[in-house]
Amino acid sequence: MKRVRLSPLAIFAGLYLLFLYAPIILLPIFAFNDGTIIAFPLQGFTTRWFGDLLNTPALHEATRNSLIIAVSVAMLSTCLGLFAARAATRYNFPAKAGIMGFIMLPLVLPEVIVAISLLVVLMQLGLNTSVYTIILGHTLLCMPFAIAILQGSFTGLDQSLEEAAIDLGETRAGAFRLVILPLVMPGIIASLLICFIISLDEFIIAFFLSGNEPTLPVYLWGQLRFPARLPVVMALGTILVTLSVVLLIVADIFRRRGLLRTGQSDSGGFL
Amino acid sequence: MPQGLSKEARQGLIMVSPALIYALLLLAVPLLTIIMFSFWTQNFLTINRTFTLENYTEALTDPLYRALMLRSLRISAWVTTITVILAFPIAYFISFNVRPEKKALWLFLITIPFWTSYLIRIFLWRVILAYDGPVNGTLIGLGVIEEPLSFILYNATAVVITLAHAFAPFAILPIFVSLEKIDRSLLEAARDLGEATIMTFLRVTLPLAMPGVLAAVLIVFIPTVGDYVTPRLVGGSGGTMIANMIYVQIFDLSNRPMGATLAVVAMMAVTITLAWAILHIRFWVHLSDGVGGGVRGFVLAAAAFVIEISVLRWVLLNGDPYFGPAGTMGVMAAIMVGGAIAIAVLLPKGRWGI
Repeated sequence: MKRVRLSPLAIFAGLYLLFLYAPIILLPIFAFNDGTIIAFPLQGFTTRWFGDLLNTPALHEATRNSLIIAVSVAMLSTCLGLFAARAATRYNFPAKAGIMGFIMLPLVLPEVIVAISLLVVLMQLGLNTSVYTIILGHTLLCMPFAIAILQGSFTGLDQSLEEAAIDLGETRAGAFRLVILPLVMPGIIASLLICFIISLDEFIIAFFLSGNEPTLPVYLWGQLRFPARLPVVMALGTILVTLSVVLLIVADIFRRRGLLRTGQSDSGGFL
Repeated sequence: MPQGLSKEARQGLIMVSPALIYALLLLAVPLLTIIMFSFWTQNFLTINRTFTLENYTEALTDPLYRALMLRSLRISAWVTTITVILAFPIAYFISFNVRPEKKALWLFLITIPFWTSYLIRIFLWRVILAYDGPVNGTLIGLGVIEEPLSFILYNATAVVITLAHAFAPFAILPIFVSLEKIDRSLLEAARDLGEATIMTFLRVTLPLAMPGVLAAVLIVFIPTVGDYVTPRLVGGSGGTMIANMIYVQIFDLSNRPMGATLAVVAMMAVTITLAWAILHIRFWVHLSDGVGGGVRGFVLAAAAFVIEISVLRWVLLNGDPYFGPAGTMGVMAAIMVGGAIAIAVLLPKGRWGI
């Protein structure tokens, strides 16, 4: 019989998870709290803050902007990432490490730097900031994530499958479409979902480049200044967090399925 | 097509080119543009394109900019230290104590909070740390304190706590990866040869995990220096960082060249600090090895660290009358960069790939 023993390390791990989840646990508590002040003690249960969300036209506008941006960004960055990830895993070319490193740079660069440099260029070109400029900025940010996820799908791929298809008379493009693409499809879906989540939640670039077309986080930021609006913000936050977690779980299921399909063991995590 | 490239190389370059061109247009060009802007000046709405170092002189000598830059670096250093120290046991726990089939689930659990709205998470830290928030409530309830703690919100401490939360997964994942790579038979061998568990950890596990720890340091330190939201929401006036000043310059004062200069200075400060730290770790390890490691080696390395920091601190605080305001920064940069270059040239690449 195996006895479950709680080592100090396991207790630390539990406390650490509590620390990580503290904000997310508190969020719905305040969203359903029947009081305008975001503090304990709680005042009772209500769903009226969610009701308030329905009759806020500015919010609907922001939601529409966010969805347009997130969908476009997911598709753009996954397309760009698909080719780059394929190149990185299948081919050797000069300055490969340098080129890939440069493409992955937005992962570590402070977002403020990316945002102001884009803004300065746009201002200099005389372009107005809009939904389109946010799409451009978010795609830059999401591309490295798409590449990281898709590289995971491509690395496990058995190259002889593609060669077999070509030997059997398929063209290179045909082999890619008929053999490779179905195998990496779960990776593509995971990448689409992750890029969608990142774009939906991203604040800094959207804040700098939004002009008068706010996204959801930019709208949220504006509302944080009004204490009376905070419960509504909590309700909106709860919806956003729930959406992210659901999409994340779906993305993870697809990622695992992809690993299974290409016969790899699960090393866990997207990053 | 360039001559002499193999078919494979050409195909690879064609495949990577869309992403590369995108990154060049939207990252390289804008970064070069702000470097260019940093040498210009702006008067109301007209940009004066004469080359000048005025902005840099102002950015490096104005006490306000200097204080903000140093505070940003200090906060980031604290965040990095705390995040990595807290992350290591978790990565160790998942790698060594969790059953293999459960590892993916644990990693997933740890990354979930990272994928949820950044803004909301930070705002909730303001609620958690508030005067009448749950932290104070619990501590009073437990009888640990009598009055609510007021030093945990609207200052640098709050920024450090909040950022340590936001960047946790970035530190856990690289450390986990390097721990996973450790050949478990090495640990068995150490124990079979009579090494105690603690010594096995210190002399086998920890050194082998160092590449992951260093990667975690880089991944946490670089983005936190430029964080904007956290100082705005929980920092108060004592927790303002350089990114907030960049925003003010560009939007409120519409002084784009100054904003660009501060951004360039921030990037340079981060690069110099990291290069300094990494090369000095090589130096300290070398010093420690020179006297045979152990406690003596540690004391010697720590002494070298304290001496250099004290010299830099003295120059920063008392340098102005001797070297002039810009000169002080020059002397500091000379000490840091000079020392780092000397180490890079004189000492061979040591352990941990640095």
